[in-house]
Amino acid sequence: MRRVVVTGLGALTPIGVGQEAFHKAQLAGKSGVRPITRFDASALPVRIAAEVDVDPEAYIDKRELRRLDRFVQYALIAAHLALEDAGLSPEELDPERVGTLVGTGIGGMETWEAQSKVFLERGPNRISPFFIPMMIANMASAHIAMRYGFMGPSSTAVTACATGSDALGQALRMIQLGEADVVLAGGTEAAITPMAIGAFAVMRALSTRNEEPEKASRPFTLSRDGFVMGEGAGVLVLEAYEHAKKRGARIYAELAGFGRSADAHHITEPHPEGKGAALAMRRALEDAKVAPEQVGYINAHGTSTPVGDRAEVLAIKQVFGEHAKRLMVSSTKSMTGHLLGAAGGIEAIATVQALYHGVIPPTINLEDPDPELDLDFVPEPREARVDYALSNSFAFGGQNAVLLFKRV
Amino acid sequence: MTEQEIFEKVKAVIADKLQVEPEKVSLEARFVEDLGADSLDTVELIMGLEDEFGLEISDEEAEKIRTVKDAVEYIKAKLG
Repeated sequence: MRRVVVTGLGALTPIGVGQEAFHKAQLAGKSGVRPITRFDASALPVRIAAEVDVDPEAYIDKRELRRLDRFVQYALIAAHLALEDAGLSPEELDPERVGTLVGTGIGGMETWEAQSKVFLERGPNRISPFFIPMMIANMASAHIAMRYGFMGPSSTAVTACATGSDALGQALRMIQLGEADVVLAGGTEAAITPMAIGAFAVMRALSTRNEEPEKASRPFTLSRDGFVMGEGAGVLVLEAYEHAKKRGARIYAELAGFGRSADAHHITEPHPEGKGAALAMRRALEDAKVAPEQVGYINAHGTSTPVGDRAEVLAIKQVFGEHAKRLMVSSTKSMTGHLLGAAGGIEAIATVQALYHGVIPPTINLEDPDPELDLDFVPEPREARVDYALSNSFAFGGQNAVLLFKRV
Repeated sequence: MTEQEIFEKVKAVIADKLQVEPEKVSLEARFVEDLGADSLDTVELIMGLEDEFGLEISDEEAEKIRTVKDAVEYIKAKLG
């Protein structure tokens, strides 16, 4: 099977736009969590989120913008950044050999809410003719394909918070199996809306630390009280090794393995012992024939929810045994918040950067570590040369996706 | 409403819905060929005209409205 490498990083995140800004912000331990500005959140129990600061008009024609939900706008911006970072101009590619696989957990929530209001107030005949094509989840990949004329396989992963990793894993298979030579893959999300924040809040899934936004996302601490909603997109250029080599591309890392599983347990709660998560990690290692001891770093799912963080730590211990104590494990969500379907995308970028630059990003806000969770969570950025790193993503519904990256 | 007044209002609706410069919206301009509208833009445009003039335009009638002039004449006749 063909080897697959990462040659471009498109990061649109709450702590930085562009891979360099994102990398610097991680090393500075910057938090992207702020009071919500997108809408008036004063009546909600949760009034904080991690918004991205970007002007879509700098990237997308004004006329086209009106018919794009924000989640598609973000995907287009991240795809642009990824291609630019890869030094690829679409003209030098065989368009029939380039695929697109950018997923979303939720899709066009903002559009859905706006058009529901139109429907209820003015009736079915006033629904925008753009409602469906703006809202449906497949449109991120479809618009990237349209914009650049890429005619290879175009698909969509929709696995809630595992989406970004799932999309990258599926893209890996596309290239391994010879369906495409280059794939733009990752995740996008734009769910900082009244309905989505309200709905996650009533599930008690979100942190209510409204008075201290920058401290609200605090994975693996005793005082963690839920995740913080983030938004943005992470799109990577995955490329067949031979293809990248031939054009003299900068290679950041190899995407060496992918593992998936289901908890088969509950609609929102993870399996209490992290059984499904452990299975997905094991499968990612087996996929690349890598022993647990060869792994040096895990970019954790680590959302800062009480049950999720515990289950993940248990899962890591099951897979790595004694080696778990030597592993560095960090949650970049402590800085970016939880980007749902885009999380796997930007965390893949963070993991690749850790391997490439030899610096592990920190888990910030680790002020009161939970004594039950006794791994090395890297409270400060740390220089370390690591050969293999995992990026974990676990979803509502118990769908798990894990990526294994290798330093080159 | 005079024909000129109708034209000015139609022009504003078109400029907004199709995001084109108002100067480009001449009486002769065709929605698809000259102003770059696709099938969904056309639906949105008709909805915009219905709202602006308080009219209901059936699908059959909407089919026949292909230029700015078609729209102005149709609305003028309808408003009587």
